Amino acid sequence: MASTLATPDSVDDRVSTRSVGVRLLSRPEIGSLVGAAVILLFFAATAAPFRDINNVGTILYGAALIGVMAVPVSLLMIGGEFDLSAGVAVTTAGLTAGIFAYQFSVNVWLGMVVSLVVALAVGAFNGWLLMRTGLPSFLVTLGTFFILQGLNIAVTRLTSGAVASNSVGDMDGFSSAHAVFASQFKLGGITVKIIIVWWIVFVAVAAWFLLRTKVGNWIFAVGGDAAAARAVGVPVKKVKIGLFMTVGFFAWFTGMHLLFAQNGVVQSGEGVGKEFLYIIAAVVGGCLLTGGYGSVVGAAVGALIFGMVQLGVVYAGWNPDWFKAFLGVMLLLATIVNLVVKKKAEAR
Amino acid sequence: MTTTTSFDHEAASSPTMPVVQLDDVGKSYGNVQALRGVSLSVRQGEITCVLGDNGAGKSTLIKIIAGLHEHSDGVLTVNGEERQFKSPRESLDSGIATVYQDLALAPLMSVWRNFFLGNELTGRFGTLDATRMKRIATEELTKMGISIPNLEQPVGMLSGGQRQCIAIARAIHFGAKVLILDEPTAALGVKQSGVVLKYIVKARDAGLGVVFITHNPHHAYLVGNHFVVLKLGRVALDTHRADITLEQLTNEMAGGSELEALSHELRDIDAGAVVRPADRPAQIQSPLEST
Repeated sequence: MASTLATPDSVDDRVSTRSVGVRLLSRPEIGSLVGAAVILLFFAATAAPFRDINNVGTILYGAALIGVMAVPVSLLMIGGEFDLSAGVAVTTAGLTAGIFAYQFSVNVWLGMVVSLVVALAVGAFNGWLLMRTGLPSFLVTLGTFFILQGLNIAVTRLTSGAVASNSVGDMDGFSSAHAVFASQFKLGGITVKIIIVWWIVFVAVAAWFLLRTKVGNWIFAVGGDAAAARAVGVPVKKVKIGLFMTVGFFAWFTGMHLLFAQNGVVQSGEGVGKEFLYIIAAVVGGCLLTGGYGSVVGAAVGALIFGMVQLGVVYAGWNPDWFKAFLGVMLLLATIVNLVVKKKAEAR
Repeated sequence: MTTTTSFDHEAASSPTMPVVQLDDVGKSYGNVQALRGVSLSVRQGEITCVLGDNGAGKSTLIKIIAGLHEHSDGVLTVNGEERQFKSPRESLDSGIATVYQDLALAPLMSVWRNFFLGNELTGRFGTLDATRMKRIATEELTKMGISIPNLEQPVGMLSGGQRQCIAIARAIHFGAKVLILDEPTAALGVKQSGVVLKYIVKARDAGLGVVFITHNPHHAYLVGNHFVVLKLGRVALDTHRADITLEQLTNEMAGGSELEALSHELRDIDAGAVVRPADRPAQIQSPLEST
């Protein structure tokens, strides 16, 4: 206890200052960055189309589709919970907007507002039930996952008689909504889908929010030690319910992209299994499954890894059947690299 | 129990008004009465020690004052006002800070983030003012004589004593009038306990009313002004320092007559004996069977 007994202005000489390099290595996202670099070099070397600048837009689009949802999922994971219903909630949001607008023959934007309310309500319900019962989030959101999956298919079949919702492609407000959620533009030869821009904006805002605001600090605290956070006056329940509602908001956003990118039609069976991709992106990005540690930027890099592998396999001319297996291996490797780098940095 | 004096009587004659006063407070969980008829006064600039064995109701008592549990009977008065805390925030806002046994620090968060957790300083647009927070944290910790070279270090990497001191320094900095310490020395070594006891005295000197919960009468007697011993959820002893010796306190703590009976039972045991492996009996018998 020499350090606590030391006279006030003496400097503790047991701890040497750490170099910038080591401090950089102790960031949560560093493992994913190393993994992303390895995968980038690997595919750049083995697949010629991967090096083609025109394909950058396609790769980023694949990454953004996962990446937008990886933002709230990583925040939620840092807050100590996870949401298995996140994948089907996206489909629910898309279907709600489409079905509501079609059935009531109203402006698409009105359907979107209703959908937003539903998506936020699903998040709030998850959070509320979790806080009310104290059950693990695995069970609560697994329940919501099945409820939503069933409702998606049942309600769609009830209204349209098929497994896909009726198209809202020719309805009022479609073109303006399409411009916001699913348009694209050219940038120096690269076709950029607007969701990529949104993704970058969301990551930047969420990263700032997490590290530089009061509530961001609380997210780390409720994930790290909820009892400790509550004891110093952090509103743990509000923070956690807020996090689930954030997942709801982003599910709505991704659902809107889905709806408008597919000409106003949403397949009711879509989204199953996506929740794991979001979670994987967050974990590869350095989020601890147990909460209290992680990074939004890391989760974005995790999504980027996903996008690169997904298209890299195709560009390398391999049978796409191998994609999932390859993806699994890549993800395990990235996670292990993550772990090793983190341990090394901590040991120094 | 001969040394028991009325605390309320003292409260009336004491120059300082009690900041926190409990009158006949009880708490029941279903059919279990964890706390029954507990009366207690905490005054500023004094250290009130609450002693008791495991399960005596110490934790329940502080959880009521800290706002983690609501009391089911009796009256809790803070600054002369009757209160019923519904959340820790309410308790904190009336100037009561609690340092828990499990420290109430998030292990993976950095020292400065923990120091300001729940009381973050913000600048424009609600941005955290990290530079100012780090500066204040360093100043406050230095004032307490704690040197932590790297405030970005996760709290989990610090020693138990350092963490206790951070928690105490934090409570003092945020203007607590009453500081509740839940077994701050329980998990610490001798030297670290000494350091923590020193900070408890510093907190008292700063004019805080300190409630020091412990099951160690030696630690309590080193710093305490008042002693309250809880037994099975009731107050078994409530006395001033002048009216009790360490031996009496230890005796009371250990259950008085129970300890006597125990020492009688253990009298026949040769405490100094060293048993060689060959002499060891093949089976260990229950002491109840052998008598």
